[in-house]
Order: sequence, then C-alpha cells, then structure tokens
Amino acid sequence: MSDPLLQVRHLRVYYGTPSEPVRAVDDVSLAIGEREVVGLVGESGCGKSTLGRGILGLLPQGARADGEVLFDGRNLVGLPPAGLRRLRGPQLGLIFQEPMTRLNPLLRISDHFKETLEQHEPNLTDAAIRTRSLETLGRMGIPPTRFRQYPHEFSGGMRQRIMIALALVLRPKLLVADEPTTSLDVIVEGQILALLADLKRNFGTALLLITHNLGIVAEACDRMAVMYAGRIVEEGPVREVFREPAHPYTRELLRSTISLETKELHSIPGAPPNLIDPPRGCRFHPRCPDAMRVCAELAPVEQRLDERRRVLCWLHGPAQQMPAGGELPLEREAIGVADEA
Amino acid sequence: MRPETVVPPGAPADDSPLVSIQDLRTYYSIRGSFADRLVGREAGTVRAVDGVSLDIRRGEVLGLVGESGSGKTTLGRTLLGLVRATSGSIEFEGRQIARLPERNWRDLRRRVQVVFQDPHASLNPAMTLEQAVGHPLVIHGLERDRERLRLRVIEVLERCGLAPGADFLDKYPSDLSGGQKQRAVIARAIILNPVLLVADEPVSMLDMSVRAKILELMLELKQDFELTYLYITHDLATARFFCDRIAIMYLGRIVEIGPADAIYANPRHPYTQALLRAIPEPDPERAVPRDLPRGEVPDAAVPPLGCSFHPRCPRAFEPCGWESRDLRDLLEARWARAAGAAGVEEEQALVGDLGGLGRLTSEARLPAPRGRRAEDVVALLRHIQAEDPGEPFWRGIERLEAVGTRTEIDFHAPQEPLLERIGEVEVACHLYDANAPEGGPAA
Repeated sequence: MSDPLLQVRHLRVYYGTPSEPVRAVDDVSLAIGEREVVGLVGESGCGKSTLGRGILGLLPQGARADGEVLFDGRNLVGLPPAGLRRLRGPQLGLIFQEPMTRLNPLLRISDHFKETLEQHEPNLTDAAIRTRSLETLGRMGIPPTRFRQYPHEFSGGMRQRIMIALALVLRPKLLVADEPTTSLDVIVEGQILALLADLKRNFGTALLLITHNLGIVAEACDRMAVMYAGRIVEEGPVREVFREPAHPYTRELLRSTISLETKELHSIPGAPPNLIDPPRGCRFHPRCPDAMRVCAELAPVEQRLDERRRVLCWLHGPAQQMPAGGELPLEREAIGVADEA
Repeated sequence: MRPETVVPPGAPADDSPLVSIQDLRTYYSIRGSFADRLVGREAGTVRAVDGVSLDIRRGEVLGLVGESGSGKTTLGRTLLGLVRATSGSIEFEGRQIARLPERNWRDLRRRVQVVFQDPHASLNPAMTLEQAVGHPLVIHGLERDRERLRLRVIEVLERCGLAPGADFLDKYPSDLSGGQKQRAVIARAIILNPVLLVADEPVSMLDMSVRAKILELMLELKQDFELTYLYITHDLATARFFCDRIAIMYLGRIVEIGPADAIYANPRHPYTQALLRAIPEPDPERAVPRDLPRGEVPDAAVPPLGCSFHPRCPRAFEPCGWESRDLRDLLEARWARAAGAAGVEEEQALVGDLGGLGRLTSEARLPAPRGRRAEDVVALLRHIQAEDPGEPFWRGIERLEAVGTRTEIDFHAPQEPLLERIGEVEVACHLYDANAPEGGPAA
C-alpha cells in the first residue's frame, strides 16, 4: 500500500486543567488513503468531533494536543496557526452540521466564493473565479442562475450543497464532514450522501465522515473506525466490520440501529463514561455483555485481526498477557436506566 | 369540561374515535416587509395544513409522517390548541375544540399532553425535576400537599425509568443526559393521566443507542395508562415499530393513510415510496440510493398546481399539474449539471430571463430576447426532450410552438388528486385514479 494521505499517530487531545484533564481523544491512530471515504462512528461524547477538529487543528482555546497528524510529510500538531491556515481550505476542508450558521447572510453566494478563492489563490482572474465557482456549484446541483442570490433565498438542503461546494472549490485533498446531514430531512439527506459518496470520483477528494448513523456508514463509506470513550476500538473495511463485528461495542451499536430491516428493538444499557475519570481496564466493560474479569482490570491491547482490521478487546487476545482466571465472566450489578445516555 | 364522560377501564369499548378531524385548515399569514406592515398589507398566506381529515381511534398509535414543511407539526400544534385553526373541525371526545378560546383549554390540557423533540428546550433549566415534573399538578391545582406531591413525582419518575426517583428530585436538567431528560419530559406529560399524548419527534435528537429504550418506554406507558398517541415524525423506520396506522403528509395534505402493515408492505404513493427508499440501511451491500426525488418540499405559500408532489415525482404524468415553474426548474437543473461546459451560456442567452416563469400558471410564455428567434428556443426544447425523453415534464405539455417572437407552451389542465380508497388504504395520486385522462400513467 502506498503512503496514506493522512496519518494520525498516537494523537491525544485534552480539555481542561492539567490536574483533571478531559481526555476527549486518547491515543488514537488512524490513516486515511487518497480518495478514500472513511466513516467515524460512535455515540455522542465519544470524541468523534474532537478527533475531526484535532486533525484540522481547529481545537477550542484551552485544548492541548500531542502526538502526530502527518499530512503531506508534515506534522500538523504544533504547527503555528498561520501555517495551519494556509493548509486549511486548499488541502483540508471541513463541512459542519448546521449550514445555516456558516454562511454570511449579508453576502451573496458569488461573494462567498470570490472571498474564498481570492484568499487562497490570489492569482485567479474574475472570470476564472466565476467559472470555477459555477462548475463546482453545478456539480452540487445549484444552477448558475442563482449565483447572485443571498443565503436566505435557499432551502436547508441547498445551503448544505453550497457549503460543500465552498469547501470543494479549493480542491482539497481531504474533507472532514461532521454530521453533515443531521439537520436535514431524510430525502435531502439521501441526496447529500450521494454527492459525498461520489466525491472521490468527481473531485478526487478523500472524506472523513463523522456520524452516529451506521446506516450512513454502510451506504457511503469504504472503511470505518468505531470510537468509544476517546479511543478507536475497532477499525476495518465496512463490509467486513458489518458482516462480523469484532468488538462487542460495534456489534451492540449495529443491533441498536433502527432501520426498516430491524426485527426487534435493541439498545445498549448505560451511557459513554465521563472522560475525566473513565472506568479502569476496558472503558466499555461496564456496558459490555461479554465482559470478563480481565476487562475490569487491565486496558486491552490492540490486536490485528488481519492486514486491514484491528480491534481493542480482550476477546481477541493476546492470550499470553491474560492473567489467570481473567477470562471468567465479570460479575457485576445491573446497569440502571439512571446511568443511561 | 366533562372528564367523567371518559370510558372507565373495563367498560364496553367505545367505537367512536377519540379525535375526529374534518377538513382542517391552518394558515399562517406572512407579514412581509416593515413597509408592508405599516400599511397593513399582507405578503401572502402559508397553507401549513390545507384540508386534512382524519380520526384518531382510542388506544391506537397514529403516525403522522412527512418532511419539514409538510405541516405535520402544525397539525399537532393545532390539535393542542397552540395554533388557531383557520377553518374546519376537531372533535375531541365528542367536543368541538377547533378555535376554542384559550381559557377553555385549561381543563382540556389535562387530557391532552405533549412531548416535543428537544428535551433540552422542554425543561426549564432553573427548575429541579421535582418542580418540573410536579408543575402540572400544581398549575391545575390538583395537589396542594407538598409531601403527597413529592411522592407522586417519585412514583412517576420511577415509572419512566428514573429510579430511584428520590435521587432525581433535586437534579437540574443540566445534570441529566439527553435520554434521561426525555424520560423526565414524558413523566411530566403523564403525571396528569392524559388520554392523548402528542409526541413530536420524541427520539430524533437522541443517540441511536437510546432511541429504542425511549420508544419501548412509551409503548409500556401506553399499555399501562391506556394512552392514545399521535406520533409525529419524519422517520418511517421508527414509525414502523411504533404505529398502528400511518398518515403520510406532504405540503399540508395527507397523501396516503392506512394500517402501518399495509403501507410498509405496499407503499402506493410515489412520495411514500421515496421516503422509504431514502432511509439509510445498515447494509454495506446497498449503495446510497441515487434515484431519490429531486429538490425539496416547496414553499407552502405558493404550492405547486395539481398534485403538490408533481415537481419531484418520478412518475408524474399529464394531469398532475404542470406549470411554468416546472420549465424553469428543468432548465436550471440542466444548466447546473452542465455548468462551465461550452454551450451553456449560449443556451441561457437564447432562452433569456427565466423570471417570467415564476408565476403560478399552467402556461408558459417566453418572449425571445433581442436578436433571437422563438423557433430556435422551440428547437432547443425539442433537443432537450430528445436527450431525455423519459423525463415526466414532457408529458405535461399539450402545445409547444413559436408564435411570432414568442415561445408558447400550454400544459395539460391541472387536477388535484383526492384521497381514494384502495383496499385498506387511501391514496391521493392520479396513478390510482381510474378516471385519469390521457390514457393513464406510464408503465
């Protein structure tokens, strides 16, 4: 395999004070290849959005990051803000959840594009700016006749298309989309997902798609990473992970997704832990139906299932590190609804 | 107020519907600009609910399903007396409640409760759960003894899964997770022993891992308290687990209604079919569907002619209500697809300004721009048709010709589809209308 486009290595992101840090992202490694669509899933509060922002260097004030985010031969962690700003846009794009709040209501759509392109490609002529903008908007289904209109003249789905076009007009190599369809209706969501799934073909862009909806991952992504309590607990090709989830958390998430094919309702007891003081051992053990004694004591060690799949769970070994009796079922109290998400 | 008329448990079943809605209309007026308001001029009317008739039967879960802008939330709010009906009738337990004065609503609110989408916004951040959940009893003057009130709140909290209830009394909403907050909201809704609960997207803001638990709780409560639900949602996947009957709404009207089993087994309206196809399936063998209806729910202030869904419908044909805006949309979509390609600017120059196509009429008149000929516009349209003859729009045209310097298009006369019964369901779609003219729908 050739060098990936983006390589995250042992990334940690802390919020809050050094004495009591919230470890929102805790020792995460993840690679994204060129033109690859990678889904990042997990419940709210598992660190998905923080990881997405950490990759782009868009962390809020007071957050600290260490580890490596290698992009184009450079480590983005610790890069000065000006250097990051030069990369963001032309190399790394971002699409947020709420398109309404990201467009300036006083600027025409044409001005949004002019401003973006002038900022990053000062040598473009007005005619070239216009052509590039109209082309990109057109591929997102926005007709040239509406180029001079204002954001309020567009529907929610159209605004999200405009936001995607605004990110794509700079031809970034990687786009991070954080719940891009959450506030949209189901048919419009489908339309936007089809556009995103076609990005690699139409724009040569890789995509990190952050979502809580496994249905979206199944339909739009090549590979997926499952995040729980700040860590990636499973990673692999979408088809394989869906066919045979290795981590009990992945399996339980899949079972609790409500779709037309669902035969009975299922849910995961409890809620993701507080990240100031996460559970000892495996962080999922208090909610895990398969928990063993070892899970409450020792942090699991990452295991490779094959070249493309890895999992963070004692069920998959390593056997030589398992303490005596560690594989016996964990005895514990039932989880009350009181602790649920 | 006659709460004593409710059928007590164990009494013979009452066959009359709990709620009977007849030809209900709820319109909002758009107030327009400041200048418009100064001279008292209204800018238009949004027909949010536009002639809806349906019954809610005792003990059933009726799902009201549609996208944003379908009017489903307005229908729920009208039923709750939070929005005034413009016309039509709502009978609740035999009593007319459409346009009931606010003061008469007070007693009724004990019988009709609501759970909104956003549990964070539904709870006052300054009230403890004891205050919030007990509030309805205090407001309605049903419980003055503080100790008895507390015990009742504990009982309801525990019934809604927040156990031990005593531990939650002093908690504030900010201490709770999203699922816990929604449980508290449900506890507050059932503390008055209502008969009807309107639940407007109660799980759509919650994590997937919690949705099932809240739906299960609501089903248990329905059993225990003999509740009737109006479940308002855009999500046909959760509705499948929850609803006995489904009503699909589009732009203020019901387009399909019937038993849930029948609708899922054989969705008839093209809109219902599209809603089902669009649900993401956790199945990697299935790709993102690419044959979804184009566009979004149109502006209810100027709804399409004929069937409101026709501009997005893949199976629309002659009587569905073709109009000049459809020609504008067709050209715009074509130019968007080909943006930047050679010839697009030339086509735009030839057709000229599309502004005149924005009017609500089943004819289109395009004056040729200076130096252009209407014959060339007609030729362009014929060329576009030849490129994609399967596009439903072309079936809508009755006459297309150049008259002098003007391109004239007449569309087939629009006809509004009415709800017609087919087996167990009712559908408003010309595809199922035996009297549809012009030889019926395409195969």
